[in-house]
Amino acid sequence: MTTNPIMRVIARVNMPLMVVFAVYVQVHGEIGPGGGFQAGVIFAAAFILYGMVFGGAEMRRVFPRWISDAGSALGVLIYAGTGVYSMLMGYPFLDHVAIWPSNPGGAEPWGMVSVEWGVGITVACVMMTIFNEITEGTDDPPPGADTEMVPALHQNKTELG
Amino acid sequence: MSGIAILDMSLLALIVFLAVGAIEVRNLYSAVMLSSIYSLVMACFWMTNDAWDVAFTEAAVGAGISTILLIGTLVLTGSVETVRKAVSWPALATTLLAGALLIYGTLDMPRYGDPKAPAHTHPMYGAFVRQDVPKHPSGRSAADVAAWHKANPDDKHTDFFHGHVPNQVTSVIVSYRAFDTMFETAVILTAGMALILLLRGRRGNPQRGGLI
Repeated sequence: MTTNPIMRVIARVNMPLMVVFAVYVQVHGEIGPGGGFQAGVIFAAAFILYGMVFGGAEMRRVFPRWISDAGSALGVLIYAGTGVYSMLMGYPFLDHVAIWPSNPGGAEPWGMVSVEWGVGITVACVMMTIFNEITEGTDDPPPGADTEMVPALHQNKTELG
Repeated sequence: MSGIAILDMSLLALIVFLAVGAIEVRNLYSAVMLSSIYSLVMACFWMTNDAWDVAFTEAAVGAGISTILLIGTLVLTGSVETVRKAVSWPALATTLLAGALLIYGTLDMPRYGDPKAPAHTHPMYGAFVRQDVPKHPSGRSAADVAAWHKANPDDKHTDFFHGHVPNQVTSVIVSYRAFDTMFETAVILTAGMALILLLRGRRGNPQRGGLI
């Protein structure tokens, strides 16, 4: 973590923009460049930036470990569940036509969106897990240190929205 | 020589310099930063080659998350590379052999810019590039498609893209090769689980984490 006020303000302003861009990449995955993997990486990078500037403990407060643990498995479950659903409907595994059999051209994007969300959730959560585990305990502030260099931002959080 | 070729060559030359610099520099923070810039220049190179998806991935993964994770690792390992002894000949021979095999593998690829390459002999529709094509260019509604599907049970795909979405890269990755991508995702999950099992709670409790 850093006590540099410029870093802290810039990280605080940039993080929501990164999250919004990650969601944009995610929901446009099937018609534009990018997709679940890129979106998950950008989403995780936003939280990791927050963690690097404000400390890992603060990052784990806003994105707890149980969420990233569960999300890692949930993404693969969504992906495989899409395939199992098409098997249950009598189509081959991961044949997206099963989602809307009367309109295969319309079913394809829905299957891909579902699969991309699975990839995105898993990648984002695993990247945050990697950062959490390799940096755990290395960024604790020394006891008694005054780490709060931007008190106004913390005391009046509505100021920045 | 066209401007884009000059730009390509400049970017490739810069990439070579950055790669050599990243290998040679002793300070590991500098090495991480050089490899990050390498990825960014590589992304620019993919952009000039119209490989949007690859460029995006290179910028997000190569220049973004890899740099962050490497810096996180440097916090644990220290930032100066220890000076190692002279060249290890078996390692050099193995590396050269593997590199020669990889280059030999590329000899079957079409030459760069070859007009007879499959990518150029199967041109994309102009509307495909603009990505403004409706799913059913003939104006067929979903009900018409359903009727067509009933009349032609063997033809599952009645639209312009043979049932695939306009972005052919995503179409290949999560539809045509969806099974492959599923297990790539599972590999990422496995990596995360291995980290949780090996590292979690290791620093707080010295009794744990005996595996490493």
